[in-house]
Amino acid sequence: MKLVLSWLKEFVDIDGSLEELASTMTMIGLEVENIQLVGLSLPEGEHLEHVYNGLAWDKDKVVVAEVTEVMPHPNADRLVLCKLKDGQGEQVVLTGAPNLYDYKGKGALSKPLKVAYAREGTTLYDGHQPGKVLTTLKHMKIRGVESSSMICSEKELGISDEHEGVIILDEDAPVGMPLVDYMGDAVIEVSILPNMVRDACMLGAAREIAAATHKTLRNPQPKLQGSGPKIEGEVKIQITDPELNPRFVFGMVHSATAQPSPYWVQRRLHLAGMRPINSTVDATNYVMLEVGEPLHAFDYDILKKRAGGKTPTIITRAAKKGERLTTLDNVERELDDFTILVTDTAGPLALAGVMGGLESEITDSTRTILLEGASWNFIHTRRTVTSQKLQSEAGYRFSRNIHPALAKLGVELCLSRIAEWSGGQIAVGLVDAYPKPHADPALEISAEDIKHLIGISLTLEEISDLLTRLEFGCRIEGDHICVQCPPHRMDIGEGIIGKADLMEEITRLYGYDRIPSTRISDALPPQRVNIQDDIERNIKNALIGIGLQETINYRLTSPEEEMRMLPGQAQSAEKEYVELLNPISQDKRVMRSMLMPQMLINLEKNIRHADRLGFFEIGPVFLPKTNEALPEEEHRLCVGLAGLDQKKTWDRKESRKLDFYDLKGIIEALLDALHVENVIFNPGEHIFFHPGKYAAMHWNDLEIGVLGEIHPKILGKYDFFENNVLIADINLQLLKKTLPLSFRSKAVSTFPPVLEDLAIIVSDEMPSRDVETVIRNAGGDLLTNVALFDVFKGEQIGSGKKSLAYNLTFQAFDRTLTDKNIEKTREKIIKALENQIQAVVRKK
Amino acid sequence: MEENKDLIVILQQIQQKALEALQKINSSEDLEHWKAVFLGRSSEVMQVFKEIPAMEVGMRPVLGQKANIVKTELEKHFEAAREHIQQAALTNSITQQKLDVTLPGRLPERGRLHIATQTLQEIYRILAEMGFQVYRSREVESDEYNFELLNIPAHHPARDLWDTFYTKKDGIILRTHTSPGQIHAMHEYAPDPVRIILPGMVYRYEQMDASHEIQFNQIEMLAVGKNITFGDLRGTLEEFVKRMFGSGVETRLRPSYFPFTEPSAEMDMKCIACSGKGCTVCSGTGWLEILGCGMVHPTVLMNGGYDPEKFSGFAAGLGTERISMLRYGVDDIRNFWANDIRFLKQF
Ligand SMILES: [Zn+2]
Repeated sequence: MKLVLSWLKEFVDIDGSLEELASTMTMIGLEVENIQLVGLSLPEGEHLEHVYNGLAWDKDKVVVAEVTEVMPHPNADRLVLCKLKDGQGEQVVLTGAPNLYDYKGKGALSKPLKVAYAREGTTLYDGHQPGKVLTTLKHMKIRGVESSSMICSEKELGISDEHEGVIILDEDAPVGMPLVDYMGDAVIEVSILPNMVRDACMLGAAREIAAATHKTLRNPQPKLQGSGPKIEGEVKIQITDPELNPRFVFGMVHSATAQPSPYWVQRRLHLAGMRPINSTVDATNYVMLEVGEPLHAFDYDILKKRAGGKTPTIITRAAKKGERLTTLDNVERELDDFTILVTDTAGPLALAGVMGGLESEITDSTRTILLEGASWNFIHTRRTVTSQKLQSEAGYRFSRNIHPALAKLGVELCLSRIAEWSGGQIAVGLVDAYPKPHADPALEISAEDIKHLIGISLTLEEISDLLTRLEFGCRIEGDHICVQCPPHRMDIGEGIIGKADLMEEITRLYGYDRIPSTRISDALPPQRVNIQDDIERNIKNALIGIGLQETINYRLTSPEEEMRMLPGQAQSAEKEYVELLNPISQDKRVMRSMLMPQMLINLEKNIRHADRLGFFEIGPVFLPKTNEALPEEEHRLCVGLAGLDQKKTWDRKESRKLDFYDLKGIIEALLDALHVENVIFNPGEHIFFHPGKYAAMHWNDLEIGVLGEIHPKILGKYDFFENNVLIADINLQLLKKTLPLSFRSKAVSTFPPVLEDLAIIVSDEMPSRDVETVIRNAGGDLLTNVALFDVFKGEQIGSGKKSLAYNLTFQAFDRTLTDKNIEKTREKIIKALENQIQAVVRKK
Repeated sequence: MEENKDLIVILQQIQQKALEALQKINSSEDLEHWKAVFLGRSSEVMQVFKEIPAMEVGMRPVLGQKANIVKTELEKHFEAAREHIQQAALTNSITQQKLDVTLPGRLPERGRLHIATQTLQEIYRILAEMGFQVYRSREVESDEYNFELLNIPAHHPARDLWDTFYTKKDGIILRTHTSPGQIHAMHEYAPDPVRIILPGMVYRYEQMDASHEIQFNQIEMLAVGKNITFGDLRGTLEEFVKRMFGSGVETRLRPSYFPFTEPSAEMDMKCIACSGKGCTVCSGTGWLEILGCGMVHPTVLMNGGYDPEKFSGFAAGLGTERISMLRYGVDDIRNFWANDIRFLKQF
């Protein structure tokens, strides 16, 4: 909302600096976004807390002047020469302003034209260049005529973008006065909070400023004539549903003539961000900006014609589904049943509270104006604004709830403005339909309430003073105050909610910065364990300890991106996703169902930046559930590796490619860090993985995850050069089940161990895990460690066979073992290997 | 006697000769050779020992003593020379093994948490010390929990505050804030008091640019109890901001609007990039908006299962990627989920 400083001053005295004013406004909830200076100079001070822009008008160089005669240019049709008095003397000024052509060659003007005049050396905006480009007036010759000064347009002075003609000031402008003293101004742009639409107007903002600075608010007073024709009987109002349309007010002006508004009106509208149209339309917009009530003007003669010459009856009602109306932006709209309509007996006239219809709109030829001020259900208005995608000043305000009291004030003020600016005669009286008057809440509040919620001690008098400044009615009764809400507030509720609303008002005006900072005095609530969080943190810590980098991806993806990870024809189109209704782009239209595809992309994208990549991500995937509205959010862990096992360095040029066992080692280390036991890795098949380099992780009967090398067919769809890509994917909900509740450490023996090597030959098909199990089971307590140190296949041991070599560690807790002590155990192991898995023990 | 004297002279000559030879030695090999020659079994000194039994009885002790002195003397010099040669060899080898210490070391792979996680964990830690525990809730939410129960009815203008991603299932959306967790938690805790933080990913339907993301992490604090005040809110947040950004940081509390709190406020912090003088980070104002907060709205307390006549509470929320951006001078929020190792490895 653009608040015009001079306009605010009409309602409240402002004596501090702009900087102070802006700070005051921000600290009561009218957050100042920027300040545009219109002629005024930048406030002094080393540091300004607000963003200023705009142009200062030099007091000595930019003044009010009068043009006494407009003469043709000897060599150019499109230029004129103006005889001008600027309070210091008379000169001839060259201009090309089309709005002066009419006066050309008419001799001395009977009524001189007041203009904004800039002398040589003035810096202002270049009117001929787009945007705001500064230029300084210099002496020059244009088509043989000397020129060093100019008559200014609004664009040149930074008032608006208007450059169609020069400004013609109002007649009372004093010649010679510095322009900044005459009409220097500032526009304070504030963001209006959703519950503060009452302040989206000059009066509302002025009321807040008055309350915050202990000033008196000057409410605007309509000036209505006391005699003349009456409105009564000229129009009837029929409100179908007071919930949709609590109030509807009509006023009327006869014989008005639309014309350009006074310059100060046009300037204010421009500064507030609206375009002046004509004096009648301007009056409705002016009053909306002034008090916040959007108004609508009908051409009464058209309404009468539609009623067949009889008294028109205006009916407000909900639209019928599919009903149509062409709005004044010339769009034919199909309406929803929640849209409120202003209609007459012949059909729809306007989208209530949003935009008028094209047919009944006032035009330059309108003579009798029927002026509507109303209040509309904000929810219905907002739905209409949204469904019709129709943003308007009226729609903005009505969809945030406007007090019905403003309907009458708005109409009265607007009638007097129309009469003033468009001429004509105001019909006496109003037609006011107010079937369900709004009951402004009556509330009670005590000092204890405030102490309890806000933490400050105020007396009833202090509270009463704060509320009274905001126009609440207050009456102290015993230990509390009876509060009556003023007739412009729609944001104060009833009962306990109303009390909270009041406390916000009290605190806001008291000043948030005056609230003492305290520590919570309540006892600490009972603490609860968050196991899921603990696990995820432990996993992350373990994985970064192993040297992996955490990644975090968009949870949004596309089915195509996920299916890219499927080889060839295996793409299943029928997979169900949590799908967005309004995606921001096609590649982010569903919630991911897997972590692996994004991991592949992360690796692909980074492989050119590093020799070795080791990533992990922990996060949810989203799986729709049949018969349930909300999806399963399954937390998973994905680990991805690609590249070399070691970075190349200046003395280490060779490094091998990462492979399955690097990934498995990481997963084993993770399980070790979590003290998880008995997870076994089984071969199997999985569409993503190389069939020979894949394992599923099992714990009891649960498959908790998978790992392996990505299938070469899939890898071919990505750009990985010659690198292997390895990925593990683990379901954290299932991993959680494997976690021991606690674990106990083992003692360390102080007696020396006996170390032995054992080499055996077994079938190539024999999983090494089975061999180790046989050794461990046979080895009993004395065998404290079994470590595989060599795997060998070759002709010497025969085809279909492999040699496995182990370091065995034997150790006791109570004595030093000798060779003799372990001889029996060694024999037991060898026998078990020979009998159970047909191993051949290699002699040393 | 003559023979005795001769032997004494010989011993002296042996010693002199041995020591002269020793002088010229500077390698371990030569030294060992010297030892063999002058102290070995067939050395001259040992020869003298062998000859002593043949001498007359009276002279034997004198000769024996003299021979022992010479032998001991030679041994002493041998040890000294050996020590000297070893030292010299060590010094020599150390000198030759000089490295170029400016060559780069072999870096082990250093694992790292994503910067977003690092910042979240730092906030958890600070708030844990203040008694706030982590509480998580789902990311795909119902309209009811994301809006309605938080005092944001359907079609209410307050909904304009959040640009929402809707799913194709009616009434199911991507949560626009972590606030639905407030209701979940209150349902779980009531009538016990609450002191939790709600962290996690939230989603906004927005055009992405350097400062706008469709997905970002948020942390909310929620305290509900019988004596929680607006002053407590201010004090708690100030403490938090000081822990996060340094004890010298200045803050201010400014009125704002959120449907689920009342009074509502925003906390601004003096710009840490320019210390309040005005710069591009703070758009010239010297202030940075960092937290939205307020006292829990009575309607929300009721929806959570608490009697607003007896209980009060505060809530505060902040976007944590923005905090990372401010602290580390990251100028484009789109870096966070791009997973470019060149960005991630800086933290
Ligand atoms: Zn700054």
